[in-house]
Amino acid sequence: MIFSNNEIFETVQMIEAEHLDIRTITMGISLRDCAAETGKAAAARIYEKIMRKAGRLVETGNAIAEEFGVPIIHKRIAVTPIALVAEASDEESYLLFAEVLERAAVETGVNFIGGFSALVEKGATPGDLRLIRSLPEALSSTERVCGSVNLGSTKTGINMDVVAEMGEIIKKTAEATAGRDGIGCAKLVVFCNAPGDNPFMAGAFHGPGEPDCQINVGISGPGVVKVALERVRGERIDVVSEMIKRTAFKITRMGQLVASEASKRLGVPFGIVDLSLAPTPEVGDSVAYILEEIGLESAGAPGTTAALALLNDAVKKGGIMASSHVGGLSGAFIPVSEDAGMIAAVERGALTLEKLEAMTCVSSVGLDMIAIPGDTSASTISGIIADEAAIGMINQKTTAVRIIPVPGKGVGERVFFGGLLGEAPIMPVNGFSCEAMIRRGGRLPAPVHSFRN
Amino acid sequence: MRGIVTVIGKDHKGIIAAVSGFMAAGEINILDISQTIMEEYFTMIMLVDLGDAKVEISEIRKQLDELGSSLRVKISLTHQDVFDAMHRI
Repeated sequence: MIFSNNEIFETVQMIEAEHLDIRTITMGISLRDCAAETGKAAAARIYEKIMRKAGRLVETGNAIAEEFGVPIIHKRIAVTPIALVAEASDEESYLLFAEVLERAAVETGVNFIGGFSALVEKGATPGDLRLIRSLPEALSSTERVCGSVNLGSTKTGINMDVVAEMGEIIKKTAEATAGRDGIGCAKLVVFCNAPGDNPFMAGAFHGPGEPDCQINVGISGPGVVKVALERVRGERIDVVSEMIKRTAFKITRMGQLVASEASKRLGVPFGIVDLSLAPTPEVGDSVAYILEEIGLESAGAPGTTAALALLNDAVKKGGIMASSHVGGLSGAFIPVSEDAGMIAAVERGALTLEKLEAMTCVSSVGLDMIAIPGDTSASTISGIIADEAAIGMINQKTTAVRIIPVPGKGVGERVFFGGLLGEAPIMPVNGFSCEAMIRRGGRLPAPVHSFRN
Repeated sequence: MRGIVTVIGKDHKGIIAAVSGFMAAGEINILDISQTIMEEYFTMIMLVDLGDAKVEISEIRKQLDELGSSLRVKISLTHQDVFDAMHRI
């Protein structure tokens, strides 16, 4: 036999028992050639282009999964930030553009389409503002459309006018979907240093520097890393790092294989493999469990940030050699509602919003899928966004906020989003106000890149 | 394409006969077999060539699931390239 029994059973076990999967094949499509003078004409071009490029995406993904015996969970589409495409049109509201994306998503069979987005890290154009103000209606009247706003970067600083506005937009989006616990906010990500090749939702969009069309692949496998670490219990921390590297290498090689195959079959260039460890609400597929396996009583305990830094770095070291191009977010995700271990940590009082914020300093991607009381003020949400953006800006990394102020609910209650979005206990938020600071608006200057401390 | 089939379950008579009979009937060529018993558990690995297979791979997978249930074993089929990618640089 060309492989040893151990090698064969290790791989089969990873796929069948440890939740190893390809989390998503995401096709990035440029819509820059779809701008038109009227919204109607632009929408027709957008629909035609998405169907032409992604018409066979789902079918091809399913065929690869069948043939290789590897689950491919999602097939998705990311498009050029719609503000860039819609701005030439005479539309006042960009709802029409969200509707055409929804129709294309349904028709191609993808479960999410990302890119109802604006890039406003230094300033917003009239089109950017129209897009941002269309977000509550767009996200509440569609199911599959995801939106994002990049409002800061290491090079430009933070756009505090948009920070202030996004607090209001998140509140309005929650209220527009109040009947479903504010689920609209689960489809809205606010970024600092957003990458243009991220395959993961809800923050995926096809950046302006990307080619006409490409395939990006997101891998997964927290369960595999957890099981691998069970074999080195009690060993020194260096051994833990080595084990994560080896495992990440293997997982990523599978991602690269699937990405190359998808690219070949679809006739679309391969973009990147995103090395993120993406948990799901399923038991055993949790980043929190990895941190606990490293030696914490609960995620959130002192030591959590160090354990996460180790995990995140080792995943990258292992994964980078396994793929010809790495990109996207590439880090361990720490969404609360989508990770059974994180939910448990919050419920037992071990994990707070402040600790999560500290954790985002060393891992991607930010405060993710966090439910907070519905009566949290817009300016407080803006303050949380500003803090997170500042971490990204100073540390030259991507950070993001995907937060849900759940209408009519408070601390101690739970929300159920269902499916992959999971469920979450509502977390308390520091009650002291930052309103006067947020009201100032303006631009928070870009940081100095020397004298790093 | 070449695939690797694994069969794991509590040992009883006729597992190899049933699985290899299934392959023969489906025009799937067996290139290599290794089989052992580990603590009462039957484990078999087969390298197979599916180039002449009579039906689509999705159908083969479905039939292998059914065969596995009837034999009270777990059968998996994975593309050889997955093992190449993971275990060979």
